[in-house]
Amino acid sequence: MDYINAIVLLLNYIFVPALAYGSQLALGAIFVTLIYGILRFANFATGDMMSFGTMVTILFTWYFQSLGISLGILPTALIAIPFAIIFMVGYMLLIDKFVFKYYRVSKSPPVQLAMVSIGVMFVTQAVVRIIIGPSDRRFFDGEKFLIKAGEFKEMTGLNEGLAIKSTQVITIVVTLILVSALFWFLNKTKTGKSMRAYSDNEDLALLSGIDPKKIVMITWIIAGVLATIGGALYGLDKSFKPFTYFNNMLPIFAAAIVGGIGNPFGAFLGGYVIAFSEILLTYAYKKFFMYLLPESLEPNTLVQLLSTDYKFAVSFSILVIVLLYRPSGIFKGKIL
Amino acid sequence: MRKNLNVIAAYTIMMGLIILVGIFQSWNIALSIFNLCLISAVMTMGANIQWGYAGLINFGIMGYTALGGLAAVLISVDPVQEAWSAGGSNILLSLLLIIGMVLAVRYVLKKYEKSKVRTYIIATIIIAGIIIIRFVSEPGIEAIEEVDPAKTGFLGGFGLPIIFSWIVGALFAGGLAFVIGKVALGLRADYLAIATLLISEIVIAIIKHEDWLTRGVKNVIGLKRPAPYEVNLQQTDWFINLVEKFNLSQLNLITDLTERQAALNQLVIEGSSIFVKLCYSGLFLIVVIILLILTQKALYSPWGRMMRAIRDNEEAANAMGKNVVKQHLLIFVLGSAIVGIAGAMLVTQDGLFTPGSYRPMRYTFLIWVMVIVGGSGNNFGAILGGFVVWFLWIESAPIGLYLVNLTTAGLADTHFLKVHLIESVPYFRFLMMGIGLLLIMRYRPKGILPEKIEIK
Repeated sequence: MDYINAIVLLLNYIFVPALAYGSQLALGAIFVTLIYGILRFANFATGDMMSFGTMVTILFTWYFQSLGISLGILPTALIAIPFAIIFMVGYMLLIDKFVFKYYRVSKSPPVQLAMVSIGVMFVTQAVVRIIIGPSDRRFFDGEKFLIKAGEFKEMTGLNEGLAIKSTQVITIVVTLILVSALFWFLNKTKTGKSMRAYSDNEDLALLSGIDPKKIVMITWIIAGVLATIGGALYGLDKSFKPFTYFNNMLPIFAAAIVGGIGNPFGAFLGGYVIAFSEILLTYAYKKFFMYLLPESLEPNTLVQLLSTDYKFAVSFSILVIVLLYRPSGIFKGKIL
Repeated sequence: MRKNLNVIAAYTIMMGLIILVGIFQSWNIALSIFNLCLISAVMTMGANIQWGYAGLINFGIMGYTALGGLAAVLISVDPVQEAWSAGGSNILLSLLLIIGMVLAVRYVLKKYEKSKVRTYIIATIIIAGIIIIRFVSEPGIEAIEEVDPAKTGFLGGFGLPIIFSWIVGALFAGGLAFVIGKVALGLRADYLAIATLLISEIVIAIIKHEDWLTRGVKNVIGLKRPAPYEVNLQQTDWFINLVEKFNLSQLNLITDLTERQAALNQLVIEGSSIFVKLCYSGLFLIVVIILLILTQKALYSPWGRMMRAIRDNEEAANAMGKNVVKQHLLIFVLGSAIVGIAGAMLVTQDGLFTPGSYRPMRYTFLIWVMVIVGGSGNNFGAILGGFVVWFLWIESAPIGLYLVNLTTAGLADTHFLKVHLIESVPYFRFLMMGIGLLLIMRYRPKGILPEKIEIK
């Protein structure tokens, strides 16, 4: 019994939250990696583009709520997301046309493009804050829990409860569907294959008649989809605050590089690597050991490897270690 | 003279703008803008050395700034005796253990060939070391943080004049840059940017949460000053006489004696804060001028030429027998040390250390905007960038307010759009910075004052 309690404890506090958080990071990381692989620069506006997408989702959600439309137990935001995506893709294409295209055509070094993306970051951040303000916003409605801790305890008769939030399930399911669709697109369709070819060797791809304009446009469209959904899922699960989104850029970068930048599958797994290590290293294992060990051996400290204040620091340290020992990432990067 | 006309013109316009602020808003605001412009100029010089001279991207400016600030605290605050007796020995012991750990790792690295076993041994040493250090330091840290937590709760510093911290801040930041440089300089340009950005976040996380050293988010306030205090100035005779002399014509207009005294008092209070700010301006100006002379000398020396050669073609420079790795490390350390000075200067001016206020937008990306806008590779350009961008950063709120009022003039004062826009005026600065950066990068990619290479 104690063993089952210990396992449920870990599931409740580590596995489920890390899986949801990892999915959110994974979507962002695939976004970073796609831009890096095809447009060949590190996009520092990632976090703010995600917050822009989330902002549009929130505005649509409010609109639908005012019309009285809802999905019952599911959050209204799910209907808002497709509209937000259309808006977001438009924004991305607009930015590309007026900002990035010039540097791409004149073949500027990647560093310059990264600097330009900082300009985009400032502008996007300003737009988001001017439109919706810097404060914390919750836009979740519908049923909050799929399984409540109390119900679970009653059902199984265990001491430990397992609470699963509906947003966590939605996050994981949506991520899986989206990522499988993306990999199907990249690996099976002609356009996807030409994108991979373009990322692998630009000159060769151009020689074989691939239209770079189309590739770039599709990349921005996919990026818009990923940014909006990733941002909206994070906002549904936690809450929307522009500053948090800006900060989330850092673990997202870490996930993309750990997985091997330019490699979408690596970025996908990288998100989970970062999420799990953040939560595993900062969790206090005292209760876990209390279930497993006999009373005489029970720990009297928290058995916490690092204080939760260092949550971000964990992912960055992993990144630094990976950069030192395997600069191309765990899964070889730079091939889409 | 002719060649430098654009430099002189740009600086004249900039000083004119600051003087305009002094006339139309107040001299207090103008001087505080000027002081922060000078500090920003020091930071941009540091970043410019790395980016403009050597082409290294350092997005970790925030971390070095914070370390400089930490130096100011550790140098100037009086030591907290009870805290030292409560947990000082544990902290010193852990420090020795850390040194021992580093030496052990170095020994293993030197002694054995590269192999899997060596990696495992190093990993074991580090993990075991961390566990032992935690056991040793934990009771000490707890004891220190319990010493009068409302006021101290940390070890304090050395109680020296705060001006020394400018040098110590440079040493701290340079030391950190040495470690980071050893680790990360081999990376490609954009990886280096990301790695330094993340490392600076780790530095901030440590400063924020190691309360025994820095008081963390509880902040350290009331640091010593290199300049006199306003309250003392207001009671000194020579200062009152000075203010009287300056405003004689204005004071003579008032005939009533008590009224004259009241007016004088008011002037003394205003004058004292301006005087203090002027003291800071003088100190900062000295630093800026010394650094400017040194960096200009370096830029036009054989060393500067070598750095440009390395920047423009690393492989060719390498082939000519220049040690690229070593020079990159050197310039990384030098630039970061200058940023460290700026960090200490900033805390000195504010008189308080607030770890929570270190954010990448303000301390990393804004500095980069300054360097790019001003002109990378040109020290005068970098300093000008610091001035222009900081000036806009502060003055964009009034400008934004003016623009909002202008564009929404037709709407009623209570119209929701107008109210909303006026509330969000503070964020117009981000918009201005972003658009400014994009325009400069597009139409004048070398900055306002571009780099020019003179062959003398």
